[in-house]
Amino acid sequence: MKTVSSFTLLIAAAAFLFYATPGVAQSSSECLTCHADASMQDAAGHSIAVDESKFHSSIHGSLECVNCHATIKSYPHPDKVTLVKCETCHADEAAGLATSVHSSSADHPCTSCHGNAHTIFPKSDSRSAVYPLNVPRTCGACHGTDGMAKKHGLDSVYPSYIDSIHGFALSKEGLLVAANCQSCHGSHKILSRKNPLSPTYKSNIPQTCGTCHAGITANYESGVHGKAVAAGKLNAPVCSDCHTAHAILQPTESAFRTQSTPICGSCHKEKFSTYRDTFHSQLGALGGYVETARCWDCHGAHDVLPPSDPNSPIAPANLIKTCSRCHAGANASFVQYQPHANAHNRKLNPALYFIRLFMNLLLASVLTFFMIHTILWLIRSRYDQVKRKSAEGGKNA
Amino acid sequence: MPDLEQEARETLQHGGKGRFFMRFTRAQRTLHAVLFSTFLGLAATGLPLRFSQSFWARRFASTFGGFGAILFFHKLCAVVLTLAFLVHVKDLFTRSVIHREKGIFWGPSSMVANWKDVKDLIGHLRWFVGLGPKPRFGRYAYWEKFDYWAVFWGMIVIGFSGYAMWFAPFFAMFLPGWALNAVLVIHSEEGLLAILFIFSIHFVNTHLRPDSFPMDMVVFTGVESEEEFKTKRPEEYAKLAKQGKLESRVAEAPALWFTNFSKAVGFIAIFIGLTLLVLTLSAYFS
Repeated sequence: MKTVSSFTLLIAAAAFLFYATPGVAQSSSECLTCHADASMQDAAGHSIAVDESKFHSSIHGSLECVNCHATIKSYPHPDKVTLVKCETCHADEAAGLATSVHSSSADHPCTSCHGNAHTIFPKSDSRSAVYPLNVPRTCGACHGTDGMAKKHGLDSVYPSYIDSIHGFALSKEGLLVAANCQSCHGSHKILSRKNPLSPTYKSNIPQTCGTCHAGITANYESGVHGKAVAAGKLNAPVCSDCHTAHAILQPTESAFRTQSTPICGSCHKEKFSTYRDTFHSQLGALGGYVETARCWDCHGAHDVLPPSDPNSPIAPANLIKTCSRCHAGANASFVQYQPHANAHNRKLNPALYFIRLFMNLLLASVLTFFMIHTILWLIRSRYDQVKRKSAEGGKNA
Repeated sequence: MPDLEQEARETLQHGGKGRFFMRFTRAQRTLHAVLFSTFLGLAATGLPLRFSQSFWARRFASTFGGFGAILFFHKLCAVVLTLAFLVHVKDLFTRSVIHREKGIFWGPSSMVANWKDVKDLIGHLRWFVGLGPKPRFGRYAYWEKFDYWAVFWGMIVIGFSGYAMWFAPFFAMFLPGWALNAVLVIHSEEGLLAILFIFSIHFVNTHLRPDSFPMDMVVFTGVESEEEFKTKRPEEYAKLAKQGKLESRVAEAPALWFTNFSKAVGFIAIFIGLTLLVLTLSAYFS
């Protein structure tokens, strides 16, 4: 009995070793015995197949399945397995993500952007979903017209971006340094633009754009707008107020030239209104003649300076040079022209005020007199005509 | 066939019978044609600028090929009209100074206003409201003289201010800086006055009023029927009759094709004018 029982114990131990040892430290090849089947699905119908060759070429290819699927200790494993925790290895990224706008995502926060966890490539690999040239498409999957943007009432920024100068450089030229989504928004720790820590927070935008456009940012910071923003006056414009954030156009394009003056005008209302009274605006509004002076043609674009600053293009000493850029032969008298004259302001523009008044009175008096004259004449002639025709025995008129 | 005979008589009464009198020379009619066609061109290309923020301005400009095309056409019309104006001034100079022709600056056939015009205006206004008889108008009635001088003054003012904008750096050599601001106000307001006046008041006074409706053809054909002459310009008619000079002004009836052609041109001009008037008013009051 003792022998038998010892033998049985031995068999049992052998059987236990045979069956159970791999369960303690299962190798990937064992998992793939089942999961290599491309048609393998879980109860909910999601694929739980793993492409072995792709997995091995991926950045995680040297890992064993259980390194990530750490809760699986034995076979058969439970139907429901715990979600893989990427933060076990990627702690910094996970910490950033936890404070970001994407922290509340119901979907798996990592795979939404990085794609299938079994085929993740480094971001320098063109197969990666976060390779610079692939980033806009990856983000656009949600932030495009039909994605999460529509569902959550967010702006659909992908179409604007992809048609922008950045989008063109990226999609048409394959320019790796062209700004993609994460160049401005960051990657894991994406914050709302209302958060002062965000690179897209208004006062941080010049620095964010300056990461690439360093010269322009230096220019901007020397101008009145840059100084105002640095002093905390956040109603002054930053890069994106004029250039927009996503649909950035080439400033020489007629579309940009046409749309830009109202942007300045949204703050400089009075200047915009007087500009609109001038030939510059009337010409410019009609399109097909984009050369006409817009705000920044005279005031400068990034380093806008007041006329009292000798470096300003509208400083009295620089006017001839500034006007001559379009008006060859501009002289001292020519530059006395006021691009913002207000014909309704008697104090500022007395001559213009009275000329306008005279012209308005001339129009009103001539038209009023002749309008009355003509109407009375019409009535009287018609009256006479009807009378004459009826006297002749004919029908009226 | 009594109907045929009756209609033949009617035809004779309407066109075939009766004398026609010369009112405008070929040169005068040509001047008017150049004037109204360039004016229409200037108005059509100037209005989109004056009302550049209106809904139709941009559409019109882009159909035309953008502002560059509009400005080119505007300047082209301006140059042609300037030439016509200079030809007219040269003609006046030759007739009055070289040929010493009488009656250009004074008298019944002059364009210059006189005391009779003042009396005619008051008399006409009295007649409108039934306070007196209709004045007997001469060769040029007071409103016709007003039209003439309005155009004359308008061409100088609009022309000068237009050229000042076109050649601003040149004009700045002898004009102060504020004048460059003023010329746009003057140009656009005076242009607006001309457009509103011509397309409403001139059109009605000359063409659309019951006595001339729908169009007074005399400025195209140069001739008018005896009845028209007698009723519209009784004093001139009476004077010619008294002097026995009526016969010297008798002219041939205009050819049918020419009348029809003139009507087509005239109606197109009036249609364009009224369209521009509607667009102007819609932009002005919106």
